[in-house]
Amino acid sequence: MRLAVASGKGGTGKTTVALGLAIVAGEVTLVDCDVEEPDDHLFLGGKGDLVEEVTIPVARVDEDRCTHCGECARACVFGAIAVVKDQVIVIDDMCHGCGVCGLVCPEDAIHEERRRIGEVTLQERNGLHLYTGFLDIGQPLATPLITRLKTLVPGNGLQILDSPPGTACPVVETIKNTDHCLLVTEPTPFGLFDLTMAVDMIRELGVPFSVVVNRDREGYAALDRYLAKEGVPVHMRIPDSMEIAKLYSRGLHFVETMPEWRERFSRLLDELTGGGAR
Amino acid sequence: MTAKRLLVMSGKGGTGKTTVMASLAALADEPILADCDVDAPDLHLLLDPEVRESHEYLGLQLATIDDLLCTKCGSCHQVCRYDAISEDIILDETSCEGCTACSIVCPEGAITMVDRVAGDVFVSSTRFGPMAHAKLRAGEEASGKLVMEVRSCSDRLAWEHGSEHILIDGPPGIGCPAISALSGVDAVLVVAEPTLSGRQGMSRAVELAHHFDVPAMAVVNRAELNPEEATVIEEWCRDQGVEVFDRLPYDTAATDAMMARRTVVEHDDGPLAQGLRRLWVQIQDVLDVRYD
Repeated sequence: MRLAVASGKGGTGKTTVALGLAIVAGEVTLVDCDVEEPDDHLFLGGKGDLVEEVTIPVARVDEDRCTHCGECARACVFGAIAVVKDQVIVIDDMCHGCGVCGLVCPEDAIHEERRRIGEVTLQERNGLHLYTGFLDIGQPLATPLITRLKTLVPGNGLQILDSPPGTACPVVETIKNTDHCLLVTEPTPFGLFDLTMAVDMIRELGVPFSVVVNRDREGYAALDRYLAKEGVPVHMRIPDSMEIAKLYSRGLHFVETMPEWRERFSRLLDELTGGGAR
Repeated sequence: MTAKRLLVMSGKGGTGKTTVMASLAALADEPILADCDVDAPDLHLLLDPEVRESHEYLGLQLATIDDLLCTKCGSCHQVCRYDAISEDIILDETSCEGCTACSIVCPEGAITMVDRVAGDVFVSSTRFGPMAHAKLRAGEEASGKLVMEVRSCSDRLAWEHGSEHILIDGPPGIGCPAISALSGVDAVLVVAEPTLSGRQGMSRAVELAHHFDVPAMAVVNRAELNPEEATVIEEWCRDQGVEVFDRLPYDTAATDAMMARRTVVEHDDGPLAQGLRRLWVQIQDVLDVRYD
């Protein structure tokens, strides 16, 4: 079973929920797909062992063959190739490795090299196997790293995928083909607005979903009104607590120190997996 | 005179970028505002913009397959690097990057590329000044290009209004949207949270700014959450040549003001509001004097 944890707004507690479930699950694979800002590993300590340096193809022009006709530059929808009088420039960071330039080149003057965009690591603690994608600083393309990360993870057993924030392509790449998605939100105008965008996105994907309300407090009824109107089930409410926030700030998860929360996360996992996936 | 562009970013999400940025907007003298967090835009919730112009934003194109012409030869499936066309020639729209490879190789001419609307761009007026913003449509690609669109709208507004400052609310992360938001700005203000995750997010944001030769400044928000961690973050920043401003306190005014759909400095004159006023003075000192 594949369970995604996503949010819309950043900083609502995706990592808190994903890790809480993973810690109580026993044998489980946690996949940190927030490759721009991975942080699950901070709670396990260290960065893990290298599994793979992730690369994507990048176009290279064979100057001996090139006639500077400009077909490649015209065909590249990403604007990654510029042809000036007697030179072809490939802007590596804009090249998506789609291969179109090679298809249209009449002189067969384009080949590909591999270019590193990041890496995937693995670490293990008490049956929790954590796969993390780290995007290199300055690399724009998070999505191909997430795609590769997901294929490197063994397919059996329970998988929990910690998503990036937002609703754009890296989030879609993380959530698609999962069995259920938990959306973590908070009872504030920002939390609600970003949740509505996330709900629109996830309905397009057709993945079943439910909500966890984090930093729950009185005084903002609009969130509950929205959830009721849209018929979105709430699976858990975590109170706004300075104690929980302070533990988190030190890289500690409250399920490890508060037994009642270990119990509640266990129950949540059973509800989501039907108790059978573990 | 060209306007100074200040980007507020954080690396990790939820550290208080928008809360800080909205108060800076209230304090600045006739600024231009831009919200570049196009897939979770929240600035409008505090600034209540009145939309003056809007246009649809076309992202990358989408392949469409004409079933009547398709012979299921599989050429498109083989050439697609994004696994967007299955073996039985079904297109997965969410995976299509619009690269056109499939339409080039199709021997039957059965694949055409069509425009898709990926978002909407708005130019609005607010009580603090003109604002450029956008909203990405559900699950769309190319948010980096949409960020560029917002940036160029805000540049145009600054030119039209002769403004001194463009204040930009950035996206979280360090990928495509963050890089687009960063291009050509004069300085970055990183809002950091004193947590282990916050430290890592802040350091990645600073490294990204430095990677593109943009000077970075930093402020720790909600400092009481973990004062020791705040100190670690500030020391790391100073080692990297990052200007560090006075800490912002943990204050329920941040949430209370948000509930009232106001900026913190409009809401009250408590510890956070005072911290934000001091922050804007300190920022101007660096941005307008030292980086001039």
